[in-house]
Amino acid sequence: MAAITVRQAISDAMREEMERDEDVFILGEEVGVWGGTFAVTRGFYDQFGPERVMDTPIAESAIIGAAIGAAMTGLRPIAELMTINFAFSAMDHIVNEAPKLHYMFGGQFKVPMVIRAPGGGGRQLGATHSQTPDAIFAHFPGLKVVAPGTPADHKGLLKAAIRSDDPVLFIEHATLYQWRGEVPDGDYVVPIGKSKVQRPGTDVTLVSYSRGLQLSMQAADELAKQGISAEVVDLRTLRPLDMDPIIESFKKTNRAVVVEEGWKSYGVGSEVVSRIYEEAFDYADAPVKRVAQKEVPLPYNQKLEQLAMPQVADVIQAVKEVL
Amino acid sequence: MAEIMTMPKLGFDMAEGTLINWVKKEGEEVKKGDLLAEIETDKATVEVESLYDGTVRKLLVSAGSIVPVNEAIAVIGGADEEIDFDALDTGGAEEETAPTPAETTPTEMVVEKVVETPVAPTQTNGSLPAGVRVSPLARKMAKDNQIDLLRVTGSGPQGRIIKADIKKYIASPPTTTGSGPSLRMPSLAAADLGPIPADVHVPLTRLRQAIGRRMMGSKQEFPHFYVTSDLDMAPVMAMRKEYNGLLADSGEKLSVNDFIVKAAALALRQFPNLNASLAEKEVVQHGHVNIGVAVSVPNGLMTVVSQDADRKNIRQISIEVKEKAARARSGKVQPDDVEGSTFSISNLGMFDVDHFIAIINPPEAAILAVGSAAQMPVVVDGELTVGWRMKATVSVDHRVSDGAEAAQFMQALAGYIENPLSLVL
Repeated sequence: MAAITVRQAISDAMREEMERDEDVFILGEEVGVWGGTFAVTRGFYDQFGPERVMDTPIAESAIIGAAIGAAMTGLRPIAELMTINFAFSAMDHIVNEAPKLHYMFGGQFKVPMVIRAPGGGGRQLGATHSQTPDAIFAHFPGLKVVAPGTPADHKGLLKAAIRSDDPVLFIEHATLYQWRGEVPDGDYVVPIGKSKVQRPGTDVTLVSYSRGLQLSMQAADELAKQGISAEVVDLRTLRPLDMDPIIESFKKTNRAVVVEEGWKSYGVGSEVVSRIYEEAFDYADAPVKRVAQKEVPLPYNQKLEQLAMPQVADVIQAVKEVL
Repeated sequence: MAEIMTMPKLGFDMAEGTLINWVKKEGEEVKKGDLLAEIETDKATVEVESLYDGTVRKLLVSAGSIVPVNEAIAVIGGADEEIDFDALDTGGAEEETAPTPAETTPTEMVVEKVVETPVAPTQTNGSLPAGVRVSPLARKMAKDNQIDLLRVTGSGPQGRIIKADIKKYIASPPTTTGSGPSLRMPSLAAADLGPIPADVHVPLTRLRQAIGRRMMGSKQEFPHFYVTSDLDMAPVMAMRKEYNGLLADSGEKLSVNDFIVKAAALALRQFPNLNASLAEKEVVQHGHVNIGVAVSVPNGLMTVVSQDADRKNIRQISIEVKEKAARARSGKVQPDDVEGSTFSISNLGMFDVDHFIAIINPPEAAILAVGSAAQMPVVVDGELTVGWRMKATVSVDHRVSDGAEAAQFMQALAGYIENPLSLVL
């Protein structure tokens, strides 16, 4: 087992799948000759050639539309959006076409495609390029939404996404590419739709995913020094949402904090908290809290940006409020 | 047309009842008014009569089941009628909060006579006073462990009772027994008194639980004070002897208590503040004077009610109380027998007690505890002579009344008792 970065894990997953299955190909802005905006596809153009690593015009609806057509006719495209903020230009294709074609054509078509899209803030990219709109996409039945945190899960879940016969939105986080961690060797696949306890604990349940997972793990380290044992549950997949490990954990700890980077209102945390109350009300010993982004367009100014984004200290504060 | 019999609501605070016994079996013919089942409520065993003519087509609950009020218990229909039992609307537990009279009348054999008294703030786990916070988990733990949340101190935010508080309570419930000086026991080693009997665990009956709840609520929440008087009983004893002579042929016999009920009812007419209930911000002085008489029954105590005792003569009171007490002792009371008292009397005179004090029966404001009438040396006009005396103690809710008023009430009571002709005017 080797310790590799998230960037390497994503890259390995795609390379292995492209070597395994010649129907898999990549399309997107600057994915080929340039090697990807975040250098994830560096070397792919030379290894697989221009037909399987396709540079496209700056036209997101064309990228996703082309990918849907390719998927319907038998290929397995991986469409890369430079950031998830640009997904709005392709919204109709992403939420209105890809997830519904199989359903509306009575099962005659499959749409086995992956949309890779990095999101998140913290890099001073301004209000329109720093968003975490994950909940919007998780709202639509038919679209699987995956948002891993650890390097191992990035690799395992991306391989599962490529092999899935359904459209999968694979959300990455721009500040996680350097996160290094152990990834099992060989053909490592993680099933979509399974939440996971990333760190066991007894006093409080932290529910999170993606960059929020990193915050939660750091908060759990800090809390451990103060004698508080936090269990961290990683959603990994937002749709279909697997509540089982969360409910199981909550029944043990009776207290929970949900950590996400997106805005609090109508967010992933809202969904998780509702489900906790619906499924484990009698186990609640304190109100479940949400830690999320302030309800403002993310500022460009670095200090203001950090103030608006959830921080480790916010997680620790919330935990103390529910203990 | 198939009809559904439901668990009747036999008291304003009845939420469920235990179906003790089915009198009719499935397939048996039944007439409207026939005895269908026996139900045990907090207060009594009650007979449920069929509301319909027909055949008992299906018994929906088995004997021994605890059934929420308004939930279906049986289906009555034609002998050969085809009934789709699944399609019948046998739900209805949702209606348990304040059903409208129109809905309840046809489903209840006995229409409850609710005296318009606000319910005293006695709490159970289900309804805590405003401001008491409990986490859902703590609430469930308290329910599972039958812990009264009012006895638990909350340590969470804003005093919320949380899991840790319940655990602490279970580990060491607050106890009232202090560690007094230890007593040196004489050795009994030599005497062979046989094996020590094993502990006997007696489950609390519903009645026992109800008494416990009500009395604990009263004693904890009503600030009691007590006024005791010594009453000259000679006139009543003489009058009673005379009356009972007159009634000898009919087999009736007036008790001392019958006189006390009448005297108390008349005295309460003069002191309406003791014939009252405390509502949130007002004292409700009741128009009716309904005297509850405590009756000892197997496993507990019930209060049978002489309605409007101030307007009845002693003989009517006597008959009424005797009949209702007999039903209470045999577990067959009807709601009218035990509901609606505005003042209570507890008489332990037959047990040769000097005097005692009673706990107020919520939501009333006062209760009279009566000891034995006994012959004793008394001083009359400076001379020592033999007289009849009886001690009576009134317990009063200090939020409603004060000592002076209670003492004046006792004077008025004495006035009636010591001049019993005034009881028959």
